[in-house]
Amino acid sequence: MKKKEVPQDEGLMEGRFEDVCYALDDNGNYVAVLSKGWSPKNEAMLQAWDVIHEKVENVRQEVLSGKISPIGYYMEKNLMDLKLLADYVGLPKRKVRKHLQPEKFAQLGDDILQRYADTFEIHLEDLKNFRETLTKS
Amino acid sequence: MTKDFYHIDFPHNQAAHCENGVTSNLLKHYGINLSEPMVFGIGSGLFFSYMPFLKVNDIPVVSFRPWPGKIFNRITRRLDIKIQRSKFKDQKESMEALDRNLQQGIPTGCLVGVYHLTYFPPAYRFHFNAHNLVVVGRENGEYLISDPIMPTIERLTYHDLQRVRFARGTVPPKGRMYYITGTSPGYDLKNAIIKGIHHTCKDMLTIPVPLFGVKGIRYLSKQMRKWPNKLGEKRAALYMGQVVRMLEEIGTGGAGFRFIYAAFLQEAAHELGQPWLNDMSREMTAVGDKWREFAVIAGRIFKNRAGQEETYKVAADILSDIAQREEQIYRRLRQIKLT
Repeated sequence: MKKKEVPQDEGLMEGRFEDVCYALDDNGNYVAVLSKGWSPKNEAMLQAWDVIHEKVENVRQEVLSGKISPIGYYMEKNLMDLKLLADYVGLPKRKVRKHLQPEKFAQLGDDILQRYADTFEIHLEDLKNFRETLTKS
Repeated sequence: MTKDFYHIDFPHNQAAHCENGVTSNLLKHYGINLSEPMVFGIGSGLFFSYMPFLKVNDIPVVSFRPWPGKIFNRITRRLDIKIQRSKFKDQKESMEALDRNLQQGIPTGCLVGVYHLTYFPPAYRFHFNAHNLVVVGRENGEYLISDPIMPTIERLTYHDLQRVRFARGTVPPKGRMYYITGTSPGYDLKNAIIKGIHHTCKDMLTIPVPLFGVKGIRYLSKQMRKWPNKLGEKRAALYMGQVVRMLEEIGTGGAGFRFIYAAFLQEAAHELGQPWLNDMSREMTAVGDKWREFAVIAGRIFKNRAGQEETYKVAADILSDIAQREEQIYRRLRQIKLT
């Protein structure tokens, strides 16, 4: 890759940083060049996020229709699976699986809810009044 | 907060790849001036693996790098540098150990997860646990962070740093930290370069499992031809997107590290006085351009989701051409000796 071929396709880095690339200058020597992004890569990233957003939206609907507890929604939103969530909250997987059921979730005390809220970095109230929170988002 | 004003004068330089950058900056701090490509080459950072049974979000993992920590370990060993590495069960203890280092003016590398890394752009925050940064000070309860992906020094609170050091998930960092305890002035750079090249050639040519090195690239090429029929359009497109992400996502310097390696070969030619390495560098550059050609076609496939078998075949053909070319390069490089 030549220095002037280094792609500068604005993408997902929000101008916060640029990527270091290595390319050849006019004398055929390698130099480090900054790149704003490259469209195949930007699109690959967008593709990954599209899949995630689609999943999150599906779970949101499921929560609102009472099929799954809001923990399922925040789990998906934080790109977690059951094991990862259980790890972060510090509970066995089987318990977290139970908490995904709306009936079991309704019985949870504040201390456990707080642990979930901390993990998801949301307020306890948001988790408790999830119907309101999720209708807005 | 306890007494905290430590500020190590640290040579922060941005790099393509975090582990190269951290290593290169740490070495510079101790007076060893090596470029990022040099660190990458001596540390044998070039690799390829395709493990279809190991999946993240249901998509098989393709990787262009060795296990995290390898580059740092290899180059320090090859340059006769003494290091200390530790991991922790107790989170508080890990932060105390870090504070003690800072107090003594020791810049300290940490392995972290990026999901909770607050200064990262949100689009890049996945549960990826093999990022590296150097902690270079503490001020008003905040840690000063030299992250080679970022242009300048960043800050993290105690809580945020602790959280990324103890990220959960695949290969958790467990508070791992590492630092240099001593260097030896008489290190043998030439020999280290040769060792680094030999190791890379060995990794890319001789691992007897067909998932790694050149064989791994061939295997991926073979599998890719079957994707559209086997997986259906949508999943095949996701598999393709994943390959491009791993190839080009932050930290590869373009084309899955091939351009950094070509830069290394150029420097090595000069350092060792062996001009034939310049030819090798040119060949590696050509391979890098092929990888980019692959990324462009792959991008077209997953973007318009045409999913025609023809295009997957074209992409797979490029990969087998790449495997062929790379094999030639490593076979010739393997012959390298000190002159």
